[in-house]
Amino acid sequence: MTRKISGNHRPLNRRRLLKGAAAGGALATTEAILGFPTVWAQNTKDVTLVHAGGSYAAIKEIGEQATKDLGFKIVMQAITDDVQLNRSLTQPNTIDINNIDSTKLPYLAGKGVLQPVPVAKYKYWSETVPLFTKGAYPNGQMASTQGLSPIEAMFYTAKDGKKLADKPTEFLTMIPTIYNADTLGIRPDLVGGRDKVTSWKDLLDPKYKGKAALVDYAPVGVMDAAMAIEARGDFKYRDKGNMTKEEIDKTIKILIDLKKGGHFRSFWSTFDQSVNLMASGEVVIQSMWSPAVTAVRSRGIDCYFVPLKEGYRGWFVGLAPMAHLSGLKLDCAYEYMNWFNSGWQGGFIAKQGYYSAVPTTAKKFLTPEEWDYWYDGKPAAVDIKDPYGNLMEKKGAMRDGGAIWDRMGHIACWNTVMDEDRYLTRRWNEFVSS
Amino acid sequence: MTVIDPTAGDLAASSVSVPDAEVEHAVDTGEVASWLQVTPLMILLTLFFGLPMLVVLAVSFFDFDRTDIIPAFIFDNYIDLFRSEVTLRLYLSSLKFAAIVWAVTLILGFNIAYFLVFHVRSLLWQIGLFLVCTVPFLTSNIIRMISWIPFLGRNGIFNQALERAGVISHPLEFLLFSDFAVVVAYVHLFTLFMVVPIFNSMARIDKSLLEAARDAGAGRFRVVAEIVLPLSKTGIALGTIFVVTLVMGDSFVVRTMSGGQSASVVSALQNEVAALQYPPAAASAIIMVIIVTLMVAGILRLVDVRKELAG
Repeated sequence: MTRKISGNHRPLNRRRLLKGAAAGGALATTEAILGFPTVWAQNTKDVTLVHAGGSYAAIKEIGEQATKDLGFKIVMQAITDDVQLNRSLTQPNTIDINNIDSTKLPYLAGKGVLQPVPVAKYKYWSETVPLFTKGAYPNGQMASTQGLSPIEAMFYTAKDGKKLADKPTEFLTMIPTIYNADTLGIRPDLVGGRDKVTSWKDLLDPKYKGKAALVDYAPVGVMDAAMAIEARGDFKYRDKGNMTKEEIDKTIKILIDLKKGGHFRSFWSTFDQSVNLMASGEVVIQSMWSPAVTAVRSRGIDCYFVPLKEGYRGWFVGLAPMAHLSGLKLDCAYEYMNWFNSGWQGGFIAKQGYYSAVPTTAKKFLTPEEWDYWYDGKPAAVDIKDPYGNLMEKKGAMRDGGAIWDRMGHIACWNTVMDEDRYLTRRWNEFVSS
Repeated sequence: MTVIDPTAGDLAASSVSVPDAEVEHAVDTGEVASWLQVTPLMILLTLFFGLPMLVVLAVSFFDFDRTDIIPAFIFDNYIDLFRSEVTLRLYLSSLKFAAIVWAVTLILGFNIAYFLVFHVRSLLWQIGLFLVCTVPFLTSNIIRMISWIPFLGRNGIFNQALERAGVISHPLEFLLFSDFAVVVAYVHLFTLFMVVPIFNSMARIDKSLLEAARDAGAGRFRVVAEIVLPLSKTGIALGTIFVVTLVMGDSFVVRTMSGGQSASVVSALQNEVAALQYPPAAASAIIMVIIVTLMVAGILRLVDVRKELAG
């Protein structure tokens, strides 16, 4: 916690303040931040930071809480992936804090739009899960490196931020915030039970003909398909996260044949579509996100985020300060990013089914029952509510897939951008139009 | 919308050329006045249509990598476009939808307009019923389209009704996430664009013409075929332009209603934009503009909309 802050040019009082807050140790939560002298608060009260990210991460309530706790203004902007990339590259000054998922880094790293984060600036490094600090699970085992794994995405080789490193350095690409393990969602009532689907290959099983769906987003959709094709035993990929042209061709051919045979009921491109497909029974097995599964369930319809024997598809998201930030605004940006992992946000998004990069702080903002349910995979001792207080799961329910490392500890492949992404986009277009 | 603009430009340009033709009679002030009248439109079109199109045209010859567009003058984007069998398939698919939707909206539009103009005698009722036609437009396009999904779904209202009535034993799967669903949504969304211009043309038909025809012994069908139809040509042409350009330029309806199973030229273009591949998207857009402009020009050659509008 009392990591020495070195090599910076911030005013002395600021440095001492940060250290003081950090020295608060376990108490370095919102209260500690609120305890800052008013001089500091007066300096920053006119500061406004624009935080832009996907709707699942850039949540209005989080911005409001941060504004309240920090004394300067956070403006949350929920934008789509392509808009985010576009703005980051062509109008980088319109964003201050870029809430990017790891797959944006191959586009943005080295373009001079993001600012590397010196490890020393990030207060919770020592408490951050080893997945991000070392690329390993808590039991010491190294995580899969298929796709863009945390160890390949978290670090720059040097402070110029030109190149991604594949081992820990002193310069972070972003402060890791949330992550999760994705898998297939099913309708247990319509497939004949929770135990009927055990492998990714079931996605392509002829018995679900006309009742399966894929996400219509090439990088993720093709990977879900690859998991299924590999599980079915068609062939083995060298790296599902970085396919060769031949592997893409073979995959797309299988998909086109399936599509022509009427295997897929639909392809979804928004969260709501995936929820509606499942809730209406149009689809009984599909690629899905965790909150979509809970959204189906909250309508009183059984939906199961199946733990599959081949493992999960993992993803992670973080905060990167934009290159144009400097001086007081940059100080505030660090203050804010540290606040982000200080617990309140982690507690909030835990109730959406996402994990915090710093579970120890999130724990303080969850009741013991909530912690047991969301992180430890224990049966809910009380009714489980979502962040807005709506009932999500009844007492006694258990999280699909179990505890955090039962899920995050079995990542087969990480979301990624392939070297052949241009070719993949073209072939995916052919698939969708076939 | 961009596809309609060339027509507007054409109209604007031609209204300028009228004084030219009669230059002996026209005094200079008349010509100046025409130029002044047309100037605001010209400025708008140049700024908001001409210049952006030039930029798109330029970018379509650029090279690109993962994040950047690289100024160059290469034909690769066009070559890739013409070499890919997807291009042809997408255009055929879009043209197929355009043809089906055009035929259905024309039949509906013509009949609705005919009813409103010739069967509804009272002007008050005419206006009232015409407004009823526009009621669906009080809600957003998206809502009107999406409300078809629960209706047509596997366990949707329509299937349930048929099953209860004993007409079918298994739900009809083709109703949703199919070409059928796409056509239903298009027809629902675009029929009014056919009704309004046809109504407008029909309303100008001198009713005494119809009476004269009937007096001369023409049956109802002959009156429609030989008087109403030819005199509604302008409206049909305008409606056709609206419907065809709307269908050709659509991506959202086709994506949503086919459940992502069908694609259109524009939805493929969107995928490219989302993957930051601007130069091929620009090339695709240029080809699209050329094809749709040719289609509109073809329609305008068949029917002299200008003459009819002026008359």
